[in-house]
Amino acid sequence: MPRLLTGNRLETGDVLWWSGSDWSLHLNDAVAVDDEGEALIARLGPQERINDLALIDVDATPDGWRPRTTRERVRAVGPSVRPDFALPSLPVESI
Amino acid sequence: MYRYDKYDQAIVDARVDEFRDQVARRLNNEISEEAFKPLRLMNGLYLQLHAYMLRVAIPYGTLDSRQLRMLAHIARRYDRGYGHFTTRQNIQYNWIKLAETPDLLADLASVEMHAFQTSGNCIRNISSDQFAAAAADEIADPRPYAELLRQWSTLHPEFSFLPRKFKIAVTGSAIDRAAIQLHDIGLQLVHGPDGEIGLKVLVGGGMGRTPMLAPVIREFLPVADYLSYMEAILRVYNRHGRRDNIYKARIKILVNDLGAAEFARQVEEEWAQLKPLGLDPPPSELARIAAHFQPPALGANAPVEIDLSNPDFANWVAVNTHPHKVPGHAIVTISLKAPGEIPGDASADQMDIIADLAQRYAQDEVRVTHAQNLVLPHVRRADLFDIWQVLVSAGLATANLDRASDIISCPGLDYCTLANARSIPIAQKLAVNLAPQEGDLGELKIKISGCINGCGHHHAGHIGILGVDRKGEENYQLLLGGSGAEDASLARILGPGFDENGIVNAVEKVIDRYKTLRADPQERFLDTYRRVGAEPFKEAVYG
Repeated sequence: MPRLLTGNRLETGDVLWWSGSDWSLHLNDAVAVDDEGEALIARLGPQERINDLALIDVDATPDGWRPRTTRERVRAVGPSVRPDFALPSLPVESI
Repeated sequence: MYRYDKYDQAIVDARVDEFRDQVARRLNNEISEEAFKPLRLMNGLYLQLHAYMLRVAIPYGTLDSRQLRMLAHIARRYDRGYGHFTTRQNIQYNWIKLAETPDLLADLASVEMHAFQTSGNCIRNISSDQFAAAAADEIADPRPYAELLRQWSTLHPEFSFLPRKFKIAVTGSAIDRAAIQLHDIGLQLVHGPDGEIGLKVLVGGGMGRTPMLAPVIREFLPVADYLSYMEAILRVYNRHGRRDNIYKARIKILVNDLGAAEFARQVEEEWAQLKPLGLDPPPSELARIAAHFQPPALGANAPVEIDLSNPDFANWVAVNTHPHKVPGHAIVTISLKAPGEIPGDASADQMDIIADLAQRYAQDEVRVTHAQNLVLPHVRRADLFDIWQVLVSAGLATANLDRASDIISCPGLDYCTLANARSIPIAQKLAVNLAPQEGDLGELKIKISGCINGCGHHHAGHIGILGVDRKGEENYQLLLGGSGAEDASLARILGPGFDENGIVNAVEKVIDRYKTLRADPQERFLDTYRRVGAEPFKEAVYG
């Protein structure tokens, strides 16, 4: 099962996804880190710029990554009750 | 309204400066997140799912128009144009930037507000009756007592690291609008045998993982001594409360384990040691505070009869206003629960409009209710139509107080890191579906929490809903029979849980069955449930 590395930007709390070389607001910029995830957390954590680093399980779908839990789908998109703030990671109605 | 003296203001200003330095050091990576996190939490700043959330304290839910306009300004300047009023009579903002937080707190301090003690294991914002000083049934205004508690508890070093968070509510009325039986300490103003005012003291109530109703540990406490008695309660808790298990750390567990009588004995023993030390302020101090809460000068000859020929206006008056202690006046509740909207949310523009109404018509006061609505406490009945017209134009004239669409809902999984399931979408669907029949249903309190912590008071709902996690997906338990009022009771789970659509259908089945079971059209859902028990509802839902 693919795993993605995620966290929250220190300055804003924005949800971020590891894209292989940098952080992105958009889920579909993320790269699967799989077995390298723990090593990445060990390397990026001490830099103290991204809070709450975590690895999450996702499914690969024709439309892109789909986090397995409702919590992570909400994190990826924004509050489902405020579609005006939604990011284009997933359709709000598919959360 | 209480106004800060130079000491209050100095404390708040110093705290803003201190936090400004802490934020700068964190942004420069001079301190770790591990070190910074407790510092930001002590200033009300949480990291939630999508952004930082700031929770601002509104002591005993009382604001003036200047403060409400500042809350609107903060929503515009630092957030996304809205705020969320909470079940602790506070407000929280969902999209705060860390670097801007010190400026935000400085703006708050300029109107005598702050975000202390809205997080952490300390004495949290003290809540009270939203009808204080206006309710016809009140013995006395409870807010001077709450204000003295606020001053006593603010940054109190001995009680800054309690075993767990600690919530106090104070009411001056036998009709309980402050849910005192569901607080760590509930205080009720009562008359003594000679007519003097004292406090009935309840300890060990709460919701969350282990819901309990607070027993009375003292029927009458002289008000001159209540601060040292509070200190004694907190000391017993601080000494014996469990720090080894977060789920058993609230004072309700200690009171339950010891038994109310033994807990009370230990408090009395502690108090006997404390009382001679002179911890209680002189009567002049309580009098100084009480002077800030003098009842407004309302004309006793204001007209009682008003034109109710507009049926929508008449319905709003019937549902959303209460009698005031002064004839010719009313207490107005402004619903933040328009069906389909987010319960407790108000836009900056709406806050400004309500502040204008308060200044013009309501003696410059606004109250926040634990049911996530706002109150104009002192309004001439003759002004009600003008107020209603303004509210209609602002989308704030929903006539649903204590009815099926007046749903308490926590932010749930749409915002909160602790949540297991979304609460708001359930509230929105139920409100839209039930609003057409809510006039027929009468009083019906639906309360929804997105996790076991119970910020949405599901255990106190006539109908309660609890969101849980089932292998990463949302699931909802249905509870019936709770109340947070003077007839307090804890709702019980009816049976297996449901998905999002299933829980909405289940609530509708419960209500349909209630309509066939009620003894008469006036019998509330809660009374029907108490009379017939859970079985008929279980049958209706599960077959």
